[in-house]
Amino acid sequence: MLTSLAGVLFDGFAYGMLLFLLSVGLSVTLGMMNFVNLAHCTFAMIGGYVTVTLINQAGWPFLATLPVSFVAAAAISVVFERTMFNRLYRASDLDQCLLTIGLVFVSVAVAALIYSTVQQPVQLPSYLRGSFQVGGVTLGAYRLFLIVFALVVTAALVIALEYTRFGAQVRAAVDNQRMARGLGINVDGAFAITFALGSGLAGLGGSLAIDIVGLDPSFALAFLVYVLIVVSVGGLGSIGGTFAAAVLLGISDMAGKYYFPEIGSFMIYLVMISLLMWRPAGIFGRRV
Amino acid sequence: MSTASASGFAGPQQYLEQQARWRTVEIVFWLCTLLPFVVAPNYLQLASQIAITALFALSLDLILGYAGIVSLGHAAFFGFGAYTAGLLSKHGWGEPLTGLLLSGLAAGLLGYAVSFIIARFRHLALIMITLGFGLLLLELANSASGLTGGADGLQGVKMWPLLGLFKFDLWGVTAYWYSLIALFVLFLVSRRLINSPFGLSLRGIRENAVRMRAIGAESRPHIRTIYTISAAIAGVAGAILTQTTETVSLGVLSFERSADVLVMLILGGAGRLYGGLIGAIIFMIARDWFSGVNPQYWYLPIGVLLIAVVLFLPNGILGGVSQLVNTERGQRWFGWLTLPPAWLPSWRRGA
Amino acid sequence: MQRAMTGLAIATAALLAATSAYAQGTVKIGVIMSYSGQFADPGSQIDNGIKLYMKEHGDTVAGKKIELIRKDNGGVAPDVAKRLAQELIVRDKVDMIAGFDLTPNALAAADVSAQAKKFMVNMNAATSIITTKSPYMVRTSFTVPQVNEALGTWAYKSGARKAYTLVSDFSPGHDGEGAFQRAFKEAGGEIIGSARYPVANQDFTAFLQRAKDLSPDVLYIWVPGGPQPAAIGKAVAERGIDLKKTKVLGQGELTFDEALKGMGDAGLGFITAFHYDHNHQSAKNRKFVADYNAEFKRNPDMFSVGGYDGMHAIYEALKKTNGNTDGDALIAAAKGLKWESPRGPMSLDPETRDVVQTVYIRRVEKVNGQLVNVEFDKLENMKDPFKARMPKQ
Repeated sequence: MLTSLAGVLFDGFAYGMLLFLLSVGLSVTLGMMNFVNLAHCTFAMIGGYVTVTLINQAGWPFLATLPVSFVAAAAISVVFERTMFNRLYRASDLDQCLLTIGLVFVSVAVAALIYSTVQQPVQLPSYLRGSFQVGGVTLGAYRLFLIVFALVVTAALVIALEYTRFGAQVRAAVDNQRMARGLGINVDGAFAITFALGSGLAGLGGSLAIDIVGLDPSFALAFLVYVLIVVSVGGLGSIGGTFAAAVLLGISDMAGKYYFPEIGSFMIYLVMISLLMWRPAGIFGRRV
Repeated sequence: MSTASASGFAGPQQYLEQQARWRTVEIVFWLCTLLPFVVAPNYLQLASQIAITALFALSLDLILGYAGIVSLGHAAFFGFGAYTAGLLSKHGWGEPLTGLLLSGLAAGLLGYAVSFIIARFRHLALIMITLGFGLLLLELANSASGLTGGADGLQGVKMWPLLGLFKFDLWGVTAYWYSLIALFVLFLVSRRLINSPFGLSLRGIRENAVRMRAIGAESRPHIRTIYTISAAIAGVAGAILTQTTETVSLGVLSFERSADVLVMLILGGAGRLYGGLIGAIIFMIARDWFSGVNPQYWYLPIGVLLIAVVLFLPNGILGGVSQLVNTERGQRWFGWLTLPPAWLPSWRRGA
Repeated sequence: MQRAMTGLAIATAALLAATSAYAQGTVKIGVIMSYSGQFADPGSQIDNGIKLYMKEHGDTVAGKKIELIRKDNGGVAPDVAKRLAQELIVRDKVDMIAGFDLTPNALAAADVSAQAKKFMVNMNAATSIITTKSPYMVRTSFTVPQVNEALGTWAYKSGARKAYTLVSDFSPGHDGEGAFQRAFKEAGGEIIGSARYPVANQDFTAFLQRAKDLSPDVLYIWVPGGPQPAAIGKAVAERGIDLKKTKVLGQGELTFDEALKGMGDAGLGFITAFHYDHNHQSAKNRKFVADYNAEFKRNPDMFSVGGYDGMHAIYEALKKTNGNTDGDALIAAAKGLKWESPRGPMSLDPETRDVVQTVYIRRVEKVNGQLVNVEFDKLENMKDPFKARMPKQ
């Protein structure tokens, strides 16, 4: 009984870590610039396809492809940001939605053109497969890796945010953009860098997700809903909030499926609605 | 002849009267909706589905364009109306008009219940709650497959002839008349609603809900009212879809349907009553055309269309058009379209 | 003046006759499938099957040219399917409609086929009742009960007595669950537990843990194609489910090509029942697979063979009617057709117009370093048991 609970917690936590990596970029950019980027998961998809191409075409080992997918997703996002997104920072939310959805459609069609619609398999190195038995609980090796990796990334993000000058600028811009500008902080520049980082992280998340949820051109649309749920429940612009929301949603999703399989699929939506009704700004959000 | 200048009103009454006048371009638009019968009789099924989607977009415009409620789950009401109509028919009552009214009523009741939650939230929380609600209803419909037919869809929907005379046939003539008339009637209702003091207060809520409370206008009852009406209209649109196609499946409740109608509304221009209609017409024709040309990669030209509209036509197509018309040359060429037609009696024209 | 008018009238009539005769020289087929969206891959495989057949056999049958008009259904959208079918028949004047990857779409289009009396070839959608919705429809794929009841019977024969079923929570999954449980229980087995996972589920560890807790002899899993089979395979290994104690059984999608590539050695020993695998050892299939790979650079799957055999049914029916595209003529010609397909022998039942074929029981083994489905048992001449049990109308 306790071992199955521990197992559910472990798997839920791992799933939550994946959601965190995919969502943290969107949360920060939304909080900082109020730019609704529905194409966020496109960058995740790009990262995933980079990994798949490098492994299947160039024979690279899995771990080596991760930094490349980060950089590739970040670089492509910079191109989009400089050419299209920066014209819409003052535009309405709806216009931003439409532009980024248009981008998602284009990316889905391009991915289908280049890679066809087939599922992309990825072969993990042997040390990431299989599982360990710890006190009667089966821990999957890949999920363990995912958890450790995500925690390292979280730590890096928190350190960068709390202890660097750039981080202070980002925090100021999230808190009160106008004041930050008034103090001479280059909000646009800080945003461009943050946007690239966030998209790069999404790309990383996309690569890591292939083993768990697969990869095909519809990935850019399919995950959007979950990412939006995590971001809204966690609170815009808050890394801690996104982390808490991702863990909460991952565990409740897993627990729901294990303990109440008949209503398991509702759990995530019920949890989201209840949390938002209790805290409309998100768990750690400050503005509504 | 009085000019239609927007300045110098004697009061809100005059402003409303002026807004409510029928302009030439509107009359031209509605006449054009009759064209498919003559010009494209093979496309009436498509025209019927465009009319249904336009009605759905209109219902979304009422809450989004006028009350500022962004909903990512409006298909919940569309689907609820659709399934109600389907279930009525399946269990023996295939009369279209009463089925339509009952479905609209049912969707309206659901909207009323939900509106109590909706009215309390704004911004991202509101968007996500509407999204969650829509997805929840979808999952419920999937689980209740004994009632709804689940993923296979509802079987056994057979409609009686409309008014006892007009069968829903293969060519879609009855279907298009039915959906077009429903669209026009509900459009008139919405137009009346918007050009009334109630409509004005909605726009006030959209601009600044806090200030509305400060001047003594309670916003929540207004939001609940418009949300209920919008839900009922969406339900009617869904019911018409079921009745004209004699099928209903989970797709009517899907996130894709909610997202599609939102895209169409933004494309056309929200808050202009005709934005949803124009957006639906253009998007659906474009989609049908592109997917006919290349069934596999039509997402690409559609995506490019959306991006182009946003970059070059801010505030949607109607927004861009009205910007064009408001220029010097635009007024010269198209100004006559924005005025009520000369043959309308003067008491209708407004002096 | 009189003569000129008569001459003109005759000339016009002749011209009209000539043009309509020319038009009568084509057979138009409307193909309705999902070419975009999350079901795009099955759609493109069916399309590939169609293209390969036409490449092999040419595009002329009984003196007429075959013309395909393709329409995208975009996923589960029966209202769109119905409209597309109507437009194809009314506007484009097609002589028959084909394709149909998803059940709701097939059911909606069946109404149109019945109303317009047009021949309809269902190349994929696998729910039993579909063929009952139009007397002009044949199916060239499979039905869920056909495959899964065979598996249930086989499971008991192989010695299993306790089974746990895990299926996707939508109609085909429910059908699979119903079919397997029925056959297994009829043979004498006991169902010790069952669960349904959400359609969009990504993580199967929780569900498999529940199953493992009950220690069944057989774990039956129904899953559609896509990313889920690989995830299930990996989760089975992660949970440490011992395949010697608990056999993992499923419908063929569990071990299709991409799933095996994704799950790796974790899938060794999985047993599935299906009507087609590219590894089927027959001369006809080996040629089919080779040609398919040469043309499309990937292996064919059950979708491809559904499209391929669908075209075969169309061509053979047209040959029998001598090019007559009347719905009644075509369906009469199609009933009872028998032929050797890449999958093995198959025929179209004259009563139900549904496919009768061999269901193979396969195990995943490593052959030449690759994971493949190796057939080791089969049940021949399987009809659709669901319709066989339905009262005669």
